Amino acid sequence: MPESDACAECGTDTDGATSISRRRVLSRLTVALGAVSAALVAWPIVGFLFDPLARRAQGTWRTVGRTAEFPPGSTRQVAFLDPTPLPWAGQTAATASWLRHEAGGDFIAFSVNCTHLGCPVRWEQGPQLFMCPCHGGVFYADGSPASGPPLRALARYPVRVVGGTVQIWTGPLPIE
Amino acid sequence: MRRVWRWIDDRTGLITRIGRIAHHPVPPRTGWRYVLGSATLIAFLIQVGTGIALATVYVPSTTNAYNSIDFITHGAALGHVLRGMHYFGASAMMILIGLHLLRVFLTASYKFPREVNWLTGVGLLGLVVVMAFTGQLLRWDQNAVWSAVVAAEQAGRVPWIGTALAHFILAGDRLGGATLSRFFAFHVFFVPAIIFLFIGIHVYLVLHNGISEPPDVRPRIEPATYRKEYRALLASRGRSFWPDVVWRDAIMALVVVVVVLALAQWIGPPEVGKPPNPSIINASPRPDWYFLWYFAVLAVLPKHVEQPYFIVLAPLIAFTVLIALPFVFPSGERRLTRRPWAALVAAGVLFVVGYFWWLGERAPWSPVFDVQPLVLHGVAPTDTLQLTGARLFHDKGCEFCHTVAGQGGHHGPDLSRVGARLDSAQIVSRILGGGADMPAFVGKVSPAEVQALVGFLRRDHSHRIGSSP
Repeated sequence: MPESDACAECGTDTDGATSISRRRVLSRLTVALGAVSAALVAWPIVGFLFDPLARRAQGTWRTVGRTAEFPPGSTRQVAFLDPTPLPWAGQTAATASWLRHEAGGDFIAFSVNCTHLGCPVRWEQGPQLFMCPCHGGVFYADGSPASGPPLRALARYPVRVVGGTVQIWTGPLPIE
Repeated sequence: MRRVWRWIDDRTGLITRIGRIAHHPVPPRTGWRYVLGSATLIAFLIQVGTGIALATVYVPSTTNAYNSIDFITHGAALGHVLRGMHYFGASAMMILIGLHLLRVFLTASYKFPREVNWLTGVGLLGLVVVMAFTGQLLRWDQNAVWSAVVAAEQAGRVPWIGTALAHFILAGDRLGGATLSRFFAFHVFFVPAIIFLFIGIHVYLVLHNGISEPPDVRPRIEPATYRKEYRALLASRGRSFWPDVVWRDAIMALVVVVVVLALAQWIGPPEVGKPPNPSIINASPRPDWYFLWYFAVLAVLPKHVEQPYFIVLAPLIAFTVLIALPFVFPSGERRLTRRPWAALVAAGVLFVVGYFWWLGERAPWSPVFDVQPLVLHGVAPTDTLQLTGARLFHDKGCEFCHTVAGQGGHHGPDLSRVGARLDSAQIVSRILGGGADMPAFVGKVSPAEVQALVGFLRRDHSHRIGSSP
């Protein structure tokens, strides 16, 4: 379509300067109105997408077994349900932990996530080591890094003994 | 019929406009090198078609996704082929966009005035990578679940906003019901929409700037005179895209479709793994083949380099280099024979990526969890020290990482002939104290066990490989 310098809206306005400033105001107004409309639509969308960041991490104590099931010196895998799983989460709402009953009587609940990139470490009873299948990270029984890429010890969940049962505080996925 | 045709063109102008686009002039001697872009587009269209079909059955919920994929693969008519096409279509897209980028780099077609063509192409490359990753995740099996965790952990390394980014990816502070829906929405709506936009701009720019002439037709780019010379070239030696050039694209398109279909039919889609239960930790997460080389890079880099810097900086630097390329080298020589460094860089990148692919396929750093007890040929049943040592070598986990007589892992050195390198005291010190990249076994083995292990390792076992008992 050929561009026209004529201002259709201006009609009888013969004053060129007024016409140009009027057109400038109108175009700026249009851009501003468009931006406001876009922002109004974007506000709930962006807010909705970022909702997971705004929510505070919740936790709860989950019973993972009776103390008698974990003999002193043992490291056993336990599983617990997330604190407030969505109704359709299904089996994805489960989290695993390596529960160690130290000879001294204390319990330690390790996160299964390798501190390198989060893959699930396995406890190997023979060598008494946690080993990661992804990049070969290895941790000692106390969670400290033994070899491979990991620089940090395995993360721990708070754990307590209440009335003969072991309970784990369901923390978030350890990041960093 | 002609009247209907003319009426449509009069009211829409589309037929004239499309005809003008189809007949746009193309420089001479483009040949088979120039079919890779359209082939990538064909692969994308395969993805759109098969993806929409898959989405009519797939259920993006963490409870049902796994079952719905299983139904698509084993229950639905042609579901097996459809999933296979989507998988091999994705592979084709990765390969073709890579080859297309390589061709454009080698012929220096990114130079003036096609810098923005290149930039939109780099953007498309990034988007295709995002599609490949999110697509692998939608399988929502055990591998997918741990891939989501690995993605979140990698994002978590970004300074300041890392944790927020990780939680954004997971749609929460851990895996859950919202995680999969988020990946589904990105894979199916958001990223494809941006890809369509970028393809539109990319193709528009190909028309706006014209297809670059091969370097042998124009060896050097001088921005001041280029456009004028290009117009003159088209006027004198240009050929109509339709049908003088497009027939090669049509043949290539058929090749892509047939290859994808054949692979889908004969090889089929990747099998769905164990269920997506994060408490089943007997897992060996591996990315799809296109990311396997990067998976290997993360395993072998020195850890004090990799973790604080590399994971975040490397992808950033790679894309920064790609974006900067047409601005750093906007003009000048295009012939590869006069750009030895460009040839060398391309060959170097291909070699390094190829090497890490090979390494990732072998994954020598991973402990071999299912390794069997050593079978030692030619050891007398009465030689209890040897037999005890061999048993301990397995039971104490040495064999996870070390090979003896051709059996065992490859994280550490082969110990078949370690007795020739180290004396007994050195072996004891290495077992108890660890070192280099080996855990210390002090407190895990008794003095008698150490003695048996040393006695076993001091003996040369290299001749026992494959010999009969």
